[in-house]
Amino acid sequence: MTRIKNAFTAADGSRKKAFIPFITCGDPTVGTTEKAILAMVAAGADLVEIGIPFSDPTAEGPVIQEANIRALAGGVTTDDAFDLVARLREDGVEIPLVFMTYANVVYSYGVGRFAARGAQVGLDGVILPDVPFEEKAEFDEPLAAAGLELVSLIAPTSHDRVRQIAAASKGFVYCVSSLGVTGVRTNITTDIGAMVELVREATDVPCAVGFGISTPEQAAAMAAKSDGAIVGSAIVRILAEHGEDTMPYVEEYVRAMAQATHAA
Amino acid sequence: MENSPTSRGRFGDFGGQYIPETLMNAVIELEEAYDHWKDDPQFVAELDDLYRNYAGRPSLLYYAENMTRDLGGAKVYLKREDLNHTGAHKINNALGQALLAKYMSKTRLIAETGAGQHGVATATVAALMGMECVVYMGVKDMERQALNVYRMRLLGAEVRGVASGTGTLKDAVSEAMREWTSRIDDTHYLIGSTMGPHPFPTIVRDFQAVISAEAREQILAAEGKLPDAVIACVGGGSNAMGSFYHFIPDEGVRLIGCEAAGRGIDTWETAATLNTGSVGIFHGMKSYFCQDSYGQIAPVYSISAGLDYPGVGPEHAMLHDSGRAEYVAITDDEAVDAFEYLSRTEGVIPAIESAHAVAYAMRLAPTMTPDQTIIVTLSGRGDKDVAAIARYRGEDLHD
Repeated sequence: MTRIKNAFTAADGSRKKAFIPFITCGDPTVGTTEKAILAMVAAGADLVEIGIPFSDPTAEGPVIQEANIRALAGGVTTDDAFDLVARLREDGVEIPLVFMTYANVVYSYGVGRFAARGAQVGLDGVILPDVPFEEKAEFDEPLAAAGLELVSLIAPTSHDRVRQIAAASKGFVYCVSSLGVTGVRTNITTDIGAMVELVREATDVPCAVGFGISTPEQAAAMAAKSDGAIVGSAIVRILAEHGEDTMPYVEEYVRAMAQATHAA
Repeated sequence: MENSPTSRGRFGDFGGQYIPETLMNAVIELEEAYDHWKDDPQFVAELDDLYRNYAGRPSLLYYAENMTRDLGGAKVYLKREDLNHTGAHKINNALGQALLAKYMSKTRLIAETGAGQHGVATATVAALMGMECVVYMGVKDMERQALNVYRMRLLGAEVRGVASGTGTLKDAVSEAMREWTSRIDDTHYLIGSTMGPHPFPTIVRDFQAVISAEAREQILAAEGKLPDAVIACVGGGSNAMGSFYHFIPDEGVRLIGCEAAGRGIDTWETAATLNTGSVGIFHGMKSYFCQDSYGQIAPVYSISAGLDYPGVGPEHAMLHDSGRAEYVAITDDEAVDAFEYLSRTEGVIPAIESAHAVAYAMRLAPTMTPDQTIIVTLSGRGDKDVAAIARYRGEDLHD
């Protein structure tokens, strides 16, 4: 079983709800990111998405855009992100770790080189929000050859595309809850249940919901209709507010969110 | 590395559709609508009527006799896109896409703009067709092109300032893309250049190809032969693609794109993508970009807001790699000199973007013979730039 699949599987082999926090690597320092991820793991995170910052993150709302700017201003690079994963594995982190970044970050590094380095440091997968189904082979094939899973995204506008995307998906399916960019939302109006149903008709790959989730109630509601909840902006905002002293706040928040997700 | 076999809209290795899944059905719907309507007699007739009776096409191919005499070489012709309604080539594409959007039952247009010419063109067609219009513009560009901001508002458009990144065209494109993902059903994203995800580079090129379709006929009528060179400025590359397109099969015609070198291609303050950049993936396309070794997009610079963009359209990337077109870099200083030169010599004030093409013609024409001809596309008029050029020359003039 891959580490990602394991994150969605309970000890008795049944499907388990996963809580998936996101953090931007190097916001404001890589040391902070490392400590925050260790805090998340201690608080019950099942998988962590690590953002490699990009200068022009077109799928992100203002909160994560600013995190990207802070991280790049601090000088963080793709190599630093790989080194971070290597250190987290040395720290004893066993849950799956995936990178969330943009096509150009991977392309400019060289997809094959990126995949090889990822496999070497113990990375499990990659999420590329600007690589849709039609463009994915260019990335998926080198990543898969190195044993890494490219996560597929589906959106509220995907409709007839869901089946095709889900049937070819690996790791987990990232179900985008809402139109627009990342960021906290008061209400999620999309019929998530119907989207997840379409995914399940095509694959048994788990399906987690992200975009707009910030409260334990939202996490529980989304996880109840799917296999997990993904939270980014809300965590990045805590980091922005508390900086280096953020660990207790992150741990407390992730614990509440993970509990709500697991109980769904 | 191979592109994905399922990828659509390729120009050689370049192009594609690198966009969020949220937008995929929107671009597929756009491609289907475009393929359905582009040759439809009613659509073609309606667009032709708009070109003639609203935009003022065909635009003149003007023999610049004073300039020719002064430079002492090839005959120089100016393709006068500056004489179009709204003062630039941008109206060609704005009319075409807005008409297509109307046929698709869209009621709202969004657009990005750099110099403001595309924003003005979009605001204009939105007013004409009774559509809602929101234009994204970098805050730095709003400052250096204040007149165009007011023009857009006068035309009934909402102008939203974009403060992220460098506050220029790149950031306006990013923000327009973000906005499109949040509102798709009633909204068409009217991209202003031959860039972005497929089918935009093809659609914009087709609507701008009217420039070379006319110019080819006009030069044959005037000279009885094809030109030796066609010169146009390149930011994203729409006026250049339009100027080149119908000459591409004519191998004897040199196609020359003029990029903005800013303070020089050996400095960081440049926007000459094909001269200084490398292949990457950004704004929906694989093409050349100004970027660092980790793929972070560079904060480019040019005096010209319309050329101040870190990428270039994928078809230009292909023409560059195949060698069919040449891409030269023109500095701010050269462009400003050309701006002033054309004003004094021909009584034509060019847009600072177009002045980059004029500058190269000034360099090239004297190296050629009087029986040779050059077509320079004047993509826009320079009224919008007068205050900025005055400031560049040390005069404290504000719009």
